[in-house]
Amino acid sequence: MVDALFLVPLAVILSAAALIAFLWSLADGQYEDLAGAAERVLHEDRERPASDREL
Amino acid sequence: MSLILDRTGSSAERARDLPFFSRRHTGPGSGLRAELVVPSMHCGACMRRVEKALHALPGVTAARANLSTKRVIVEWSDREVTPAMIETLDRIGFPAHAAELPDRQHDADLKALLRALAVAAFASSNIMLLSFAVWFGADPSTRQYFHLLSGLIALPTVLYSGQVFYRSAWAALRHGRTNMDVPISIGVTLTFGLSLWETALHGRHAYFDAAVSLIFFLLIGRTLDHMMRARARSAVSGIARLASPSATVIETDGRRSDLPLGKVMPGMKLAVAAGQRVPVDACVIEGTSDVDCALVSGESTPIAVSAGQQLQAGVLNLGAPLVLLALRPSSQSFLAEMTRMMEAAESGRGLYRRIADRASALYAPVVHAAAALTLVGWLAIGSDLHQALTTAIAVLIITCPCALGLAVPMVQVVAAGRLFRSGILIKDGSGLERLAEIDTVVFDKTGTLTTGMPELLLYEKGTQDHEANLPLAAGIAAHSNHPYSRAIAASCPRPLAVATECVTEQAGYGLEALIDGAIFRLGRPGWAAPAHAAGSDASVILSRNAEPLESFHFRDRLRPGAEQAIEDLKARGLSVEMLSGDRKSAVADLAARLGIVYHAEATPANKVQRLEELKREGHRVLMVGDGLNDAAALASAHVSMAPASASDVGRTAADLIFLQESLAAIPLAHRIAIRSAQLIRQNFALSIAYNLVAVPVAVGGFLTPLLAAIAMSSSSIIVVLNALRLALTAQPEK
Repeated sequence: MVDALFLVPLAVILSAAALIAFLWSLADGQYEDLAGAAERVLHEDRERPASDREL
Repeated sequence: MSLILDRTGSSAERARDLPFFSRRHTGPGSGLRAELVVPSMHCGACMRRVEKALHALPGVTAARANLSTKRVIVEWSDREVTPAMIETLDRIGFPAHAAELPDRQHDADLKALLRALAVAAFASSNIMLLSFAVWFGADPSTRQYFHLLSGLIALPTVLYSGQVFYRSAWAALRHGRTNMDVPISIGVTLTFGLSLWETALHGRHAYFDAAVSLIFFLLIGRTLDHMMRARARSAVSGIARLASPSATVIETDGRRSDLPLGKVMPGMKLAVAAGQRVPVDACVIEGTSDVDCALVSGESTPIAVSAGQQLQAGVLNLGAPLVLLALRPSSQSFLAEMTRMMEAAESGRGLYRRIADRASALYAPVVHAAAALTLVGWLAIGSDLHQALTTAIAVLIITCPCALGLAVPMVQVVAAGRLFRSGILIKDGSGLERLAEIDTVVFDKTGTLTTGMPELLLYEKGTQDHEANLPLAAGIAAHSNHPYSRAIAASCPRPLAVATECVTEQAGYGLEALIDGAIFRLGRPGWAAPAHAAGSDASVILSRNAEPLESFHFRDRLRPGAEQAIEDLKARGLSVEMLSGDRKSAVADLAARLGIVYHAEATPANKVQRLEELKREGHRVLMVGDGLNDAAALASAHVSMAPASASDVGRTAADLIFLQESLAAIPLAHRIAIRSAQLIRQNFALSIAYNLVAVPVAVGGFLTPLLAAIAMSSSSIIVVLNALRLALTAQPEK
């Protein structure tokens, strides 16, 4: 019982972190071009992140 | 699957559209932004080439390609000239055209649904884990702790993710209607309320997991439905536009400038080059040419025009440049009139109610009555109010239309995916429901049953003259882009080589070639052989020094698969007819070839009338058409289909669009619609059967949270699996 008192909230907090990570990635537009993102890894030739990321 | 792009204009013409699609965007270094559709972008390397080529242009500040949607968003700094983006892409082999910027509202809706779905997934997985401990025996203090924790997670979820259903239910109730979301909202709210009450009383049974997983399952269906429509919409707007949103105006000092259509006023002089469409209703003041009225009136043969003749907006200029005098502003042009007629016709169709809503109109009263009877019954046999209320709510929980909510969207999403792979886009699920109900198919002729391109009617082989004359005609015709010339050139595999410098094109008349001192003319009879024109019914004559050598007749070329498609539709028990704006002779000929009933020389209003007439006789009609003149008919029919080559208005009006040339798409779509209607009915039957088993358990007061969870998930999974059968069984059908 004592274990459950902190283990269960811990589990909830961890999954909430996953939820927040998903919501962030959704808002960041990471699901807009799944095919393109996979290809971009191979072709991206810039040293720094591109300046047009916010598009 | 390829989008039909061959009917779009030259790169210059597409580039002309660009400024009208670009929007000023806010943010750092505010400039202009536009979206280009690049259908031939297939891999990462293409994407890089497109982005690099655009980046290299002066003024372009950003170019970001999206490989999934085959679009590029380009931003450029604000200056006088628009960068030559479309020309540049053409040069490196990626034909592109400008498109409307994406529909922000729709994107935002999808994101909101995904957020709600993520929250519901988080909550239901956590609550389900906690519930497991409770179901399989936990001591009262642990149970109470888990119930409290579940309630804490469920409260924000019901408030946030449940909004989707509450909003829709409220919107329906406010208009005095019910839909599927009304029983869902009531069910979720009462389940949650009962569980809170039980928790407060330290009770044994709390149904937080049922409330949250119900929202989760239903949101999956809702999100898939939304994504299906988004995909169709982006594919539809990805097809190149046929009508240009701008016009070239010749000002008094002779300068030419491009004006948006809205600013073209009567009395202005307009220049329309060959291959362009007439922007507003206008009258010819200079030049002679041939025009193609196929999209406007359905007439298949090109018409010769000269000074003084009136042209309707949307007519395609085939021959030489024309100077026109605008007669009406764009808002009163033929095109705008068609749009208004279409809207009027569409409002008559708003009466259709989705299957799911019809089902819930029957379902909700029955379920709510059962719950009320349970309450009264338990009170009557002398139990206390708490016992009676929990049992009544348990009935609502077990009957909450989880499977029913998934029954329709799952089938429709799978069907739309099937159609999409066969090159058919469907705008929303209701189109599929309506398509399954049809008993009559009405076809437009030009551009729908036929390709809108003439083909040469060949004579019996063997005549000596014919053998000699056709290669000569084809050699001359190869120098022109007129539809008749192309038909002649295409019908002869080995044309005679005729040097370019020998041939001159007389716009509106034909071609003249000087070969070995003799003048050969290929063109209109009255011009090629004036002395012999009177008795001739030929469309084109080849003459030598004004003496006719050969006459050519043409007919509309059938779309591939037209004959089989019509046979197939007839074999499926549908009656087929043709409704055309073309001349009677042309229509009768084609109708005889296909063996169908026809109505010729129909104006747009006649077409709508004919459809109304069929509706009054109790028929449900599928209208297949492409032109501006069909738009109103497309909107007023029970359900409608258009080819991708249709006019913009036609594409907007149609429920389904087929991207391939072949008409085989129509029987295929009908088959899938019928099949999905069957599966939807099966799913309803499954849900009802499940209720018949589960309701007595709940009414008897034997429902536990464990039973509720098992019943709810298993019925949903069965319904989803049943829907997936559509994807499986469709394969061997090919």
